[in-house]
Amino acid sequence: MTDTPLLELRNITKAFGSVQALSDVNFEVRPGEVMALVGDNGAGKSTLVKCVAGTHAPDSGQILFEGKEVHIHGPKDAARLGIEVVYQDLALCDNLDVVQNMYLGRELNRAQILSEAPMEQHTHETLKTLAVTTIKSVRQPVATLSGGQRQSVAVARAVMWNSKLVILDEPTAALGVAQTEQVLALVRRLGEQGLGVILISHNLHDVFETADRITVLRLGRDVGIYDRRTTTQQTIVEAITAGVPTKVAGIPANAGAES
Amino acid sequence: MLLDIRTGNLGPLPIIVGLIIVVVLFGFTATNFFTSVNFVNLIQESAGTAMLAYGVVFVLLLGEIDLSIGYVAGIGALIVAELQLPGSGHQLNGILAMLIAVLACAGIGAVQGGIIAFVGVPSFVVTLGGFLIWQGLILNVLEQRGTIIIQDRWINYTDLYIFSHWLGWIIAAIFTALYPISVLYKLIVARGTTIAKQNWYVVGARSLGLAVASFGVVAICNHGKIIKTPEGLPLALLLVIIAFVALTFLAKWTTFGRHVYAVGGNAEAARRAGISVPRIRVLVFALSGAMAGIGGIIFASQVNSVALTFPPGNLLLNAIASAVIGGVSLFGGRGEVRGALLGALLIGTLQNGLNTLNVSNGWIYIVTGGVLLFAVTLDTFARRLQARSGR
Repeated sequence: MTDTPLLELRNITKAFGSVQALSDVNFEVRPGEVMALVGDNGAGKSTLVKCVAGTHAPDSGQILFEGKEVHIHGPKDAARLGIEVVYQDLALCDNLDVVQNMYLGRELNRAQILSEAPMEQHTHETLKTLAVTTIKSVRQPVATLSGGQRQSVAVARAVMWNSKLVILDEPTAALGVAQTEQVLALVRRLGEQGLGVILISHNLHDVFETADRITVLRLGRDVGIYDRRTTTQQTIVEAITAGVPTKVAGIPANAGAES
Repeated sequence: MLLDIRTGNLGPLPIIVGLIIVVVLFGFTATNFFTSVNFVNLIQESAGTAMLAYGVVFVLLLGEIDLSIGYVAGIGALIVAELQLPGSGHQLNGILAMLIAVLACAGIGAVQGGIIAFVGVPSFVVTLGGFLIWQGLILNVLEQRGTIIIQDRWINYTDLYIFSHWLGWIIAAIFTALYPISVLYKLIVARGTTIAKQNWYVVGARSLGLAVASFGVVAICNHGKIIKTPEGLPLALLLVIIAFVALTFLAKWTTFGRHVYAVGGNAEAARRAGISVPRIRVLVFALSGAMAGIGGIIFASQVNSVALTFPPGNLLLNAIASAVIGGVSLFGGRGEVRGALLGALLIGTLQNGLNTLNVSNGWIYIVTGGVLLFAVTLDTFARRLQARSGR
């Protein structure tokens, strides 16, 4: 881990009409780190991520990517920087096969004519490096895959583009136990390969299985950043619900919090 | 695979079987059906419908509908008829006139597509409006003018030109070579990947089937005589096949085609993947308009004129039915161009055969409707089977 964060957000503010979705939020992800972003419904997780993905523009505040200030005006800007988002509802085309989905919108082509061979080979390689071994054929339609396999394809698509930061929005929300394990293992592998990962989740079990650090949002404000190894689920739950951790016998206030 | 019963993936087989059954049935019952003159007729009647149906495939792949194509075809026919009119002061070369007509129809499609894509009005409503507007325009012009006769030979050739016997054989040889060439193309372009893997028995069977079909068609066409003039392969069939090859390539091997399937499968996913969904929609409706224009010219060529009775019969519904019978899903993302070709052939053969049996128009509609229902029901069953087998 280096000292410069991969992504740093400073004092991000965003309002939708009279609703203050984010106020003065600070956030960071380091390379090779899985940073969980947790909070109750309406805490501003999605809005924050959309500011990074280019779907929303923040009203004020700074976005720094690899130490330099950037302005992200759309998904293409984000992709150019190396930021990829895997959405909760997957965003795969069921009628297309795995290769076609992996390259959706970025098909390799020569004069608009598809180059299928390199696309298929590269898909094989990417799935192999991520140890996604359960998919039988990369030419089967995505509709025929299991939930976990589909999520793996979505994640693999995100990392294939030399991306540096992958944002996962509730990647295990619709999955069974075994498939959840499969995807969580994949998330950990992304971190091990040096990527920055933002994991948005409601499921604290998932968060404690994979995250290095945890940022808690509450009512549009950042409550704090916690190190997974030195904090407990109880502390996080209290931060999510009450904002400031109350004193509990045996645990000092702000246990594990860095800021 | 040509056929995989276990997975219910029937492909084009049912419709080919249906076609054979229909041909045999009429062959035994109708006296004038099994003649080469009627065969050439059938091709000339169905060519225009097939062109429109090709455009419908792309529109359906998006999960949209284009109800305007029947009268857009009429507009295309009207434009060529007007532009070739001798002594009108704006008479143009026939080929140029056709080019302008097709571009104008593409423009009409693009405008309708633009309203659908950028304003967000449902395609059903926009093209229903187009249906009425273009019908009204044609009525206004032709009520005043009566029938416009087309004298330009290039325009009339599109449906009626007959190749000499030798040219017919050469074209049959070219048709036969098309499929092996496409397999070769896959082998070269996608070397070492799963899509290049072929079941060589299937390839052999298909090649043989296509060879028999191509040479058979030309043999039947060449066999006939109208009084003393020998019949032969009509240009219309060549045009239909050229359009088929070009549009299949467009759908399967270009980024545009891939994006059409993607938008039809999941428009939101396509948008997030950076595909400009409005651009695809506009282009597809422009393509649909252009194909309607081409079909309209072919229909006008068939009768050497444009009259108030244009478009003939149930052109719009026949075109949509062709695509749907050919297995193109109304919900988008599923279907192939070849389906439209086979569907148009089936509908054309049915209607032609019933005509030679002197069946009333009412019964022709009823039978066409029944076949449409049956085809879609079969496809739905096949898909349910597919879903059950997990594929």
